[in-house]
Amino acid sequence: MVAIETPEELTAKARRIRRHIIAMVTEAQSGHPGGSLSSVEILTALYFSVMRHDPEKPDWPERDRFVLSKGHCTPVLYGALAESGYFPVDEILTFRQLNSRLQGHPKIGTIPGIEMSGGSLGQGLSYSIGQCLAARLDGRDYRVYCLLGDGECQEGQTWEALMCAPSYQLDNLVAIIDRNGIQNDWFVDETMPLGALDAKLEAFGWHVISVDGHDLSQLLAAFEEAKETKGTPTAIIARTVKGKGVSFMENNPDWHGKGPSPEQAEQALAEIGE
Amino acid sequence: MTAISTAPAATREALGRTLVKLRQDGLDIVVVDADLGKSTTARLFRDEFPDRFFSVGVAEQNMIGVASGLAAAGKIAFCSTFSVFMPGRCFDQIRVSVAQTGLNVKMVSSHAGLSVGEDGISAQAIEDLALMCSLPGVRVVSPADVVEAEQAIETAARTPGPFYIRTGRPKIPVLYDDSYRFELGKAHLLRPGSDATIIANGIMVHAAAEAADILSQEGINCRLLNMATLRPMDDEAIVAAARETGCIVTAEEHQIGTGMSAMVSQVVGATAPVPLGAVGVAGRYAESGKWTEVMEKYGLTADAIVREVKAVIERKGGERSV
Repeated sequence: MVAIETPEELTAKARRIRRHIIAMVTEAQSGHPGGSLSSVEILTALYFSVMRHDPEKPDWPERDRFVLSKGHCTPVLYGALAESGYFPVDEILTFRQLNSRLQGHPKIGTIPGIEMSGGSLGQGLSYSIGQCLAARLDGRDYRVYCLLGDGECQEGQTWEALMCAPSYQLDNLVAIIDRNGIQNDWFVDETMPLGALDAKLEAFGWHVISVDGHDLSQLLAAFEEAKETKGTPTAIIARTVKGKGVSFMENNPDWHGKGPSPEQAEQALAEIGE
Repeated sequence: MTAISTAPAATREALGRTLVKLRQDGLDIVVVDADLGKSTTARLFRDEFPDRFFSVGVAEQNMIGVASGLAAAGKIAFCSTFSVFMPGRCFDQIRVSVAQTGLNVKMVSSHAGLSVGEDGISAQAIEDLALMCSLPGVRVVSPADVVEAEQAIETAARTPGPFYIRTGRPKIPVLYDDSYRFELGKAHLLRPGSDATIIANGIMVHAAAEAADILSQEGINCRLLNMATLRPMDDEAIVAAARETGCIVTAEEHQIGTGMSAMVSQVVGATAPVPLGAVGVAGRYAESGKWTEVMEKYGLTADAIVREVKAVIERKGGERSV
């Protein structure tokens, strides 16, 4: 089981995952740093405090599941899995290389701990619903945490799933929306705005919590509130900064999907700190 | 399994009752449905096992995703809707969540092909087999009658991994009795012959059998193969047919050049090139009408197969066994 108690330890984990992200996308000279950096605290909270999981038993039927619906953000997932002990940290440098287990987008059966094959947006929440329905059918109390991007919320399937989950009263499901405000090309609001996302989700029957997605204590409180919410799924809208922690990447659409130069990487690591 | 009746039956009738039986046998089956359960007959499963039947409404993409999640958690997840919507409406979901994962998702579509009839071209799936056969790892089956459909569904339930099974709307004759044993990946020899081979699947097996009868009366002995499994395809039977009969005609309720005809061509071209003919929908859409009239007008008939067989025999040099 992985569980960290102190806020200082969690913050240190987040910092290490940020460093891994920079290392991966720099070595690969490809990948998606912006949306990985924006969701570091979300995954840190989940993998090191909230979720019931055991890297020694990746197929444990009672484990909580994390589903990366925004599948292009593998660097943050691999960072969290490596830090949890699912695979050796050194292996992150093979990210996106030929013959690597660390595929560009997550694929079941590569490294332990990958719960869903993804990379085509909009599919993760439906998949999570299936796992939640199976949990209920099997009388298991595991919970499913699904991370979506805000750009991803433009996919029609996301709304099919948003409609579906409350109708099955899936209180074992938590959707986290990484509301970093930037998608592949440009800002979400200038591409296809989501408008009042919280009101929309509430209208669909979700219990909605809005938090600062970089504040670990707010995230932990939100996940706790989700556990206590019965009869309907919880959506956590996490307000984040794309590229968080690296000044030249922050809130800059250019850093959605590319690797930094060695000099830029050095600066990034210096800003993130040890 | 036994044939329920020798009266004409639609292949889609196999779905609901077979799933009920398999669940009664203890298989961990769940069904995800997108508001066409009455038509596909999947709803029969809901009557017996309501807690294992999940309606997602008219939302095929979500249907595939939910089924994949259920399969990832260990369930044998069936989903069903019309053949135009699955794969047509959820191809990327099938590709990423089912084919690329190898998860235990069983897709059984109904109302395939022109034989859907009156609803017309938006409802007439004549591309689904090409789409599904393009996905590595997905077993694709197009049963010729309700008995074969029942057995294909049972095989899918008992065989790990993704399946696509295509069923039809109209009542058609029952070809097989309860002595029949469907074998995944094996063509079923319905009739021996050495002048030409007809390879058919689904509803066209019936037209092919009629064509073989007509040709037989003219002294042309056709081998008839029911190629119910399209993936994995029975290459061995195709190569043997090419070598032993010297020409092949395919017959399918599908666009020619994209489904079975293309796959047979590839196998024959790579191993034993012989003259080939194809009966199917020829690069166009059809129209509304009684299903038999639509099939007739768009050339999916025994007569069309007869003409095509004579043409390929002519091209191979006209030899016959008689």
